[in-house]
Amino acid sequence: MRRKDSSPCTYQLYPGMDGRWTLRLFGRLDIDTTPETLHSVTADILKSKPVSLQVDLSGVTYMDDYGTLLINELRHSPALRDARFEIENASADAAETLKRLGPEHATRPLPAPGRKSMNIVAELGDATIGAMIGLKFFVAFIGSVFLSTLSVIKKPNTLRFDDTIGHMKTTGVDAVPVVALISFLLGMIMAFMSSLQLTQFGANIYVASLVAVAMVSELGPIMTAIVVAGRSGSAYAAEISTMKISEEIDALSVMRFDPVLFLVIPRIIAAMVVIPLLTIFSSFFAIAGGMFIGVTMLDLTTSSYFQQTINTLKLFEVFWGLSKSLVFAVIIASVGCLRGVQAKGGPAAVGNAATSAVVTCIFLIILFDSLFAVMRSYW
Amino acid sequence: MIENTPVDVGHLTVRYGDELILDDLSFSVKKGEIFVILGGSGSGKSTLLRHMLGLERPESGRIIIGDTDIAECSEKEYAAALKKIGVLFQSSALLGSMTIAENVALPIIEHTALPARAVAEMVRMKLALVGLGDYEHYLPSEISGGMKKRAGLARALALNPEILFLDEPSAGLDPITAEEIDDLIIDINRRTDTTMIIVTHELASIFAVARRVIMLDKTSKKIIAEGTPRDLKDSSPNPLVRRFFRRYDRTEQKTESNTT
Repeated sequence: MRRKDSSPCTYQLYPGMDGRWTLRLFGRLDIDTTPETLHSVTADILKSKPVSLQVDLSGVTYMDDYGTLLINELRHSPALRDARFEIENASADAAETLKRLGPEHATRPLPAPGRKSMNIVAELGDATIGAMIGLKFFVAFIGSVFLSTLSVIKKPNTLRFDDTIGHMKTTGVDAVPVVALISFLLGMIMAFMSSLQLTQFGANIYVASLVAVAMVSELGPIMTAIVVAGRSGSAYAAEISTMKISEEIDALSVMRFDPVLFLVIPRIIAAMVVIPLLTIFSSFFAIAGGMFIGVTMLDLTTSSYFQQTINTLKLFEVFWGLSKSLVFAVIIASVGCLRGVQAKGGPAAVGNAATSAVVTCIFLIILFDSLFAVMRSYW
Repeated sequence: MIENTPVDVGHLTVRYGDELILDDLSFSVKKGEIFVILGGSGSGKSTLLRHMLGLERPESGRIIIGDTDIAECSEKEYAAALKKIGVLFQSSALLGSMTIAENVALPIIEHTALPARAVAEMVRMKLALVGLGDYEHYLPSEISGGMKKRAGLARALALNPEILFLDEPSAGLDPITAEEIDDLIIDINRRTDTTMIIVTHELASIFAVARRVIMLDKTSKKIIAEGTPRDLKDSSPNPLVRRFFRRYDRTEQKTESNTT
């Protein structure tokens, strides 16, 4: 006989003749005692693999569904798979609980957790249909943005002007510090790295040209767009998807507001105004960063650095950079809003929308940037 | 703890800034009782509930849950007191990213040492108890409001709490589903002897489930009535209370005349 004390529930396990075992339980079988009792009884039984088990409940003073769980788990434990199993001396209460929840009700095996599984063909089909639905939604969204834009041009007073100004502040003004810092450091890095090569030829002064051209026509728009995509593209997606899942967008539609006109157009217009401005800031701070390196490390004077920058930059570069940033602005705002409107389901949808907005924005920004590069080589 | 009063609130006063929300409330709940806290919008029902759950601390007074005064206990004692309670929130508060079964399993996995198979079995028992046996693998967003309440109830009952708090359990449900939830509450109370504290303003469900009611008042911020639902309806000296219950009478008469 083995006996374990796990107060206030104890048990005695009697190994009988020919592997016929008896388990006597005493005390309370509830949430506090069941796990421990289950562990140790299972361990004891597993070692000996009895042919039959008699469970004697005469000493049990209280038994709830956790107690029943103990009985069920014993009944279905692998060690007792083919064994005979009997319960005796259950009190009226315990018998009632066992009748309701006992081993006969515990069907095995448990259904596999997780969603329905499909074969590869069905999954491919499912994914294709999903992609087509997404594409259709995308085209419809672009169309309704276009129509709303036309209606705003026709009737400018339909634009929600206050909202637009608010978005300009959060997307533009609030982004100035981070854009300025990143650009300043980027200008410093570029100046420093290029100087390592250029000083070998005594061409220090061309550091200024390099920083200016690279920032104004290429890196300024890209860096600004990526920072804004991370800050505001994700924010648009999160805001709009939250409204979507809490039925606010449905409410707007029912009140005969055009959700696109109400939510999307102000954001697109705000982005189109402030992102080019941020790009100008970005180039400016990068040139300042380059100048800082030029003056402190490369023996250039402020005026010569400045003069060289002015001489190198053509107006075309500036416009090129700005027109790129305008395109990026449209991408960021519309992708952010699109991902928001597409959101479906619970709170996780908000996170997914924000993540997917940033990823899609950055991908499209790089894609369009390379298109611009191709265009320029044929200009 | 006084053996048969698992919940005891004494001289509870709550203020937000200068605004008085609850003024000197005292009541206690007997073991196994279904106790209803009643009141109109803005009467402080939700505030009282938040304090009884220890989510906020009052300005003064005691809130004894089990044998702990959660109005002024340490974090550790509070955690121990939380073991005794289960809560069904008004919105059900199921985690949207998890299936119904995972939601119910969450507290069982966290707070017991049961093996995974036994946890799954327990989850099934709890879901069967609330009549949601076939919905284990559904997400909360895929089931109806009434089912969410049931799932929330299964999760609240997962650890066999001594005291169950229910915030507006039948609000926002159609009369039949609301009645089903009420029956479920009565059934669970009868089977498990769980003390239940229900915050609601649904008169029909008060008459169905409540053994004892207290009513909070919006203007005085005090308890203006205490007793069985019948007592309050028939013989309360307070006109506000009678007015509150008269509305139920009207709807009852209407349905009666409709059916006859």
